[in-house]
Amino acid sequence: MLKHKQLLLILSIFFLTNVLHSQNVFQEVAKDPLEIHGNFNLNSQYYLTDSVIAAPTVAEKFLINGYANVIATKGAFSAGARYESYENALLGFDPRYKGSGFPYRYFSFDNKGLNVTVGNFYEQFGTGMLLRSYEERDLGLDNAMDGIRVKYDFGNGIRVKGLVGRQRYFFAKGDGIVRAIDGEVNLNEAIGGWKDNKLKLLVGANFVSKYQEDNNPDLVLPENVGAYSGRITARYANFSLTGEYAYKENDPSADNSNIYKPGQGLFLSASYSQKGFGINLSAKHIDNMSFRSDRTEGFNNLTINYLPALTKQHTYNLAATLYPYATQPTGEVAFQGDIVFRLKKKTWYGGKYGTRILINSSLAYGLDSTGINDQNTTRQGYSAKFFSPGSQAYFQDINISLERKLNKTFKVKAMYMNMMVNNLITRYGGLNGSFGGKIYADIAVLDVMYKIRPKHALRAEFQALWSDQDMGDWGTMVLEYTYSPHWFVAIIDQYNYGNKVEKNQIHYPYGTFGYINGGNRVSLGFGRQKAGLFCVGGVCRVVPASNGLTITVTSSF
Amino acid sequence: MKNLILIATLTLSTVFASGQTRAIPSVDLVDIDGNSFNTSEILNDGKPILINFWATWCSPCKRELNNIAEVYEEWVEETGVVVYAVSIDDARNAPKVKPYVDGVAWDYKVLLDVNSDFRRQLGVVNVPHSFLVDKNGKIVHQHTSYQEGDEIELYEKIKKLANGEVID
Repeated sequence: MLKHKQLLLILSIFFLTNVLHSQNVFQEVAKDPLEIHGNFNLNSQYYLTDSVIAAPTVAEKFLINGYANVIATKGAFSAGARYESYENALLGFDPRYKGSGFPYRYFSFDNKGLNVTVGNFYEQFGTGMLLRSYEERDLGLDNAMDGIRVKYDFGNGIRVKGLVGRQRYFFAKGDGIVRAIDGEVNLNEAIGGWKDNKLKLLVGANFVSKYQEDNNPDLVLPENVGAYSGRITARYANFSLTGEYAYKENDPSADNSNIYKPGQGLFLSASYSQKGFGINLSAKHIDNMSFRSDRTEGFNNLTINYLPALTKQHTYNLAATLYPYATQPTGEVAFQGDIVFRLKKKTWYGGKYGTRILINSSLAYGLDSTGINDQNTTRQGYSAKFFSPGSQAYFQDINISLERKLNKTFKVKAMYMNMMVNNLITRYGGLNGSFGGKIYADIAVLDVMYKIRPKHALRAEFQALWSDQDMGDWGTMVLEYTYSPHWFVAIIDQYNYGNKVEKNQIHYPYGTFGYINGGNRVSLGFGRQKAGLFCVGGVCRVVPASNGLTITVTSSF
Repeated sequence: MKNLILIATLTLSTVFASGQTRAIPSVDLVDIDGNSFNTSEILNDGKPILINFWATWCSPCKRELNNIAEVYEEWVEETGVVVYAVSIDDARNAPKVKPYVDGVAWDYKVLLDVNSDFRRQLGVVNVPHSFLVDKNGKIVHQHTSYQEGDEIELYEKIKKLANGEVID
């Protein structure tokens, strides 16, 4: 946790800059107004006991997560801090988020292309395959760096970034040190005469290294682990192509059962689009690419890199929270195709206002690998063929959605998907425990919006999930009434009507209403919430079933 | 810790007392075509600007921007407003943003904020979240979330800004 002397020091430096006039940058800054902005977010729940849904008993009865960010800027100078409070953390969050404090604070300045940040910062190199420090507050994920970052923009399309730091670990810092450097060249800006070239080229490369002491009694572990990657983005007219390849030196860890095999990853993405039509095809190969600043850690803790799932991020509840897929960092080969197009308005097929159609499909497989029995010698563990899907399918999804405005008062959206998740890999535990095998499901959604008056709207969602495995069939109904721009009220019922275990055929009714004004939003909810996975960007948090009253407040200022 | 709260309170009160203006923070992003773009370049010749944070996985966000797309031509003709749609899609979905935007035929200026740097500087908690910028390049209004019909009130404010009137 931040020593408050450190924070005072940072703040003092910041406020001192107001009175410094000796250098140009300070003179310019002196003229700029001081601005203070930030936000506030509070999530709290009063828990009721509910043995029917197997809701865990909460000794405190009431739990709360809250934070506030404050950022002060004066011209080129900026300083900020975040206060966080977990008294105690909501169910589903790691209980090591306990108590209150300032786990995030920084000071930064810009001076003629040079940008320096001391304290905490978030950073991403390329697609993040080797380095991404970021926050998903709703997931309880925050691997912010604490250290120093320097960026320099040469102004001719060449940019470099370098950083050193340790990562956040709840209210403390991780064991390992991360050192990293990244360079990027926009060739059209850097090479004279290329500015108006139809072919646009951007190349980048980075090197990331971590240091962690070896105190393993049985193995000689590498204390320094290096990783490097190269990337390219090429565009020509309506086409674009992006790729990144990364290689990681041997990095024995809890994730890979301490094998010394190097890791590698490749991501490729190609797109074509024109007005009214867009297509994207992506593929990736991930082999032993878990990369953490502490080799003993698991879950979402102390990850240095980001390996998102190559699957659609669904929004309808049954499609999003029951069987989502997260990347298997130890190894997978995955593909995705995504098509978006618009049927013209005022045609027989497009209707009066036109129709939007989205088609998406994704496939993820295990590696095409062969085990090596070398635990006591070379400890490579296995060998895998590059970019070759193995015989084990992990996940597949094909889905289509249509959106059409029928007339001035009615709009409809319909979605159908067919999916399979291999639960031997993903290990979701439902009310029946963890189902050991492949779960197949069909999901259908109808979403109808009825505009009663210009600012009054009623929206209804009907969702169904059919499956012969795991928890069986589900139905969900949502009714939402909104009165723009301030009020909303909604009721939702989820019903596991097809559960083979009769006592688990449970209704999960939940009601919510709230008020929005400018940057403020307050909402109250009451009822049952089913157990599920809450995911952002392919990273998930397991939310246990609960029953009770929730209060949420957000404010931006 | 008490000292800190005191400092913060004092600073906040002086700032609010002296009348708050808010400039668009300067953050390095990329535009939808992959060109580097600094947010201080969000300009519109003294006409109003709407900055809207959205994501491809956010239904209300897409509903809002699709609804505005239906009347955007009219808005531009009448007020000269420009919409900057800032996608907070991360590396998972960022490659799908351009095919989506072209596929549904939006005419907005689209920026990619893949690690939420601009979002953090503007204190955005959830998407959608929009900001209105006046002729002097100052943020004068914000609104979080989207409900059907919100664009009606939003447009009233844009018209006022176009006429040089004060809103909020």
